Amino acid sequence: MTERNIFAGFGGQGVLLMGQLLAAAGMMEGKNTSWIPSYGPEMRGGTANCSVTLSDQEIDSPLVSRPTSLIVMNRPSLEKFESKVMPGGTIFVNSSMIDIKVTRNDVTAYYVPCNEIAAELGNDKVANMIMLGAYLGKSGCVDIETVLEALLEKLGQKKAKLIPLNREALLRGAACIE
Amino acid sequence: MATIFQRTSVLTDKPFHYCPGCGHGIVHRMVAEVIDELGIREISTGVAPVGCAVFAYNYFDIDMYEAAHGRAPALATGYKRVHPDHVIFTYQGDGDLASIGTAEIVHAAHRGEKITTIFINNAIYGMTGGQMAPTTLVGQKTTTSPLGRDKDHCGEPIRMAEMLATISGSAFIARCALNNTPNLIKTKQAIKKAFETQIARKGFSMVEILSPCPTNWGKSPAEAMDWIQDAMIPYYPLGVMKEV
Amino acid sequence: MAKKLMKGCEAIAEAAIQAGCRYFFGYPITPQNDIPEYMSLRLPQVGGCFLQAESELAAINMVYGAAGAGARVMTSSSSPGISLKQEGISTCAAAELPCVVVNMMRGGPGLGNIQASQGDYFQATKGGGHGDYHAIVYAPSSIAEAVELMPKAFDVAEDYRTPVIILADGLIGQMMEPVEMPDNPNPVMRDKPWAATGYKPGGAKPRAIINSLYIETEDLDELCRRMQARYREIEKNEQRVELYHTEGAEFILCAYGTVARVCKAAVRILEEQGVKVGLVRPITLWPFPSGAVHDAIAQDSVKAALTVEVSAGQMVEDIRLAVNGCKPVEYLGEAGSRIPEAEEIAERILAMRRA
Repeated sequence: MTERNIFAGFGGQGVLLMGQLLAAAGMMEGKNTSWIPSYGPEMRGGTANCSVTLSDQEIDSPLVSRPTSLIVMNRPSLEKFESKVMPGGTIFVNSSMIDIKVTRNDVTAYYVPCNEIAAELGNDKVANMIMLGAYLGKSGCVDIETVLEALLEKLGQKKAKLIPLNREALLRGAACIE
Repeated sequence: MATIFQRTSVLTDKPFHYCPGCGHGIVHRMVAEVIDELGIREISTGVAPVGCAVFAYNYFDIDMYEAAHGRAPALATGYKRVHPDHVIFTYQGDGDLASIGTAEIVHAAHRGEKITTIFINNAIYGMTGGQMAPTTLVGQKTTTSPLGRDKDHCGEPIRMAEMLATISGSAFIARCALNNTPNLIKTKQAIKKAFETQIARKGFSMVEILSPCPTNWGKSPAEAMDWIQDAMIPYYPLGVMKEV
Repeated sequence: MAKKLMKGCEAIAEAAIQAGCRYFFGYPITPQNDIPEYMSLRLPQVGGCFLQAESELAAINMVYGAAGAGARVMTSSSSPGISLKQEGISTCAAAELPCVVVNMMRGGPGLGNIQASQGDYFQATKGGGHGDYHAIVYAPSSIAEAVELMPKAFDVAEDYRTPVIILADGLIGQMMEPVEMPDNPNPVMRDKPWAATGYKPGGAKPRAIINSLYIETEDLDELCRRMQARYREIEKNEQRVELYHTEGAEFILCAYGTVARVCKAAVRILEEQGVKVGLVRPITLWPFPSGAVHDAIAQDSVKAALTVEVSAGQMVEDIRLAVNGCKPVEYLGEAGSRIPEAEEIAERILAMRRA
């Protein structure tokens, strides 16, 4: 198993955090992981993105040029990275913010209304966790509880009260994938 | 036979290489005597500059560094942070301190670095052959201001003691001169005070010393002493600029 | 100690502390600021000292002062800042002072950009500053390897009394990977009878003179001979290289740092297509592992070598010197900061195969 993912969106949508939580959870489950923030020419244009690799084997290149999954939170990110996805790969689209469809037919696309669901949960900030839940629902590469463990470590015990909301967000996201 | 005077043991026996009438030898001895008198020899380290005093490490019989041009205060900072209970001094000329090493001296003072700087101001670059220094007086002829320093072309001489005295991290700043006996006595007192300031951890200390360079000034040693009095002191007033 | 997901810069800083480094002098420049930031918090906790200098020049000279005083000391910067440090690195080399300098390379020349690059290979391996000297240069290709190399860097710096450069690209500094810090590092601190620690006349320790000025020809010659003899020892003892799938390969890729990992991905892609390709990855860029590079490429099975760099072709010169014409050595890369993709490298090998 080797997952090579690109998470992309506007700065502030929490895409770097989504990637970090996935990388940390992967590590906690004994996988090899790497996380690279926007670091290259693609940094320009107001989008934030990160590459996350999870593997049972040693990771050769941590750079992701042909992602197995693309997770996009805004339209420019979809337009920029759609063509890069490996044939047979998966694209997760935040349909609350992206009003176009995936044009390729050699990939699987999932449309997740992240911001709408977040609004239902009463907190816009968890849109990224809904999307991460959707990704986990499809790939199953790490357990949702491990992601929450990684989140708790990141937030610290003082903010432990945020965990139930994030759990719900992850589960609602996962439920979007059937 | 009773010994009534001897060279301080903090200086080595190596003869100074300085020109006849140069002030460096006098200041070396004063610094060495102060180290001796304060009983700090075994915890004292000096930093020689790039300039005429570049070989100072041959003369002071204590641990010594040689610094690249202007960097002595940074180097002394590194030493002092490793050995905060020791005493370290930099010995710098006007090209070294007031030109290429301006950033280093200003920021050592700005950090309140507990170091002592002995600053020899002879209004010229000695070692490289008499070029203009930032401290060269207006009208003074040097090998790079052959017609005399023109203030419209390259500014007026910089007064380092006054400048460093404005910085809150400096604790003792004085300007002295070597041109007569009363001034020599005051110079030695100021050097001692500067070292005591460091030992008391009050902050940065510096003594600027107006010093003769007969060779590059084109004067006899006696004329050079007069020039300090008549030309330098009017522009570079003597005294303690700051003491906390 | 459990694995922890760490940013490269922070892992390098922590590894330095674990290796006994207690002094850090630096100046902010992107993309390595996480090192001084980490040090500013951590060093006081372990009885050390972090100081933000007024400039790179001051920082490296503070390193000079602290190294001369016998401390384990380091600084870090990124390309333009490393240029400013060269005066001090040359001075440290001549004064025979051990210190560690981390360069998180960014795109150049000039101010360049803040992306990862490998444009400072010449600067790091061929001197950088003035005069006949070398620094030992380590090029980690992962965070775990950087962590492993830090204690080694401090040790060899002290064993050979020389500056050591960690030449990483900005990517290694910014990315995160799981890291295992050593549990009980107990670094063996070297005796430094030459250090300035205070002189007692008549005592066992001679007076310390930390110096790089030798005005008499014979004196300078003696220093240079001593340094050169030491460099021959370093060349003999300290070469490090990774050989990856090189045995019986048809093509050999040559790369260091992050780019070497992209090359490993290219090896995977090519092997899936039945092409036997290996990778030679110098870990020490100086001393350059010429013998190992030569032997890998000179194998009968090898048709040609391809060096991949994020530079206009710098390490390729050392590869060609090592190979000495026995096989063709091609180069793939670009000056600036574009990292070639694994697929691009694989395509180039396939093209070389067709040629």
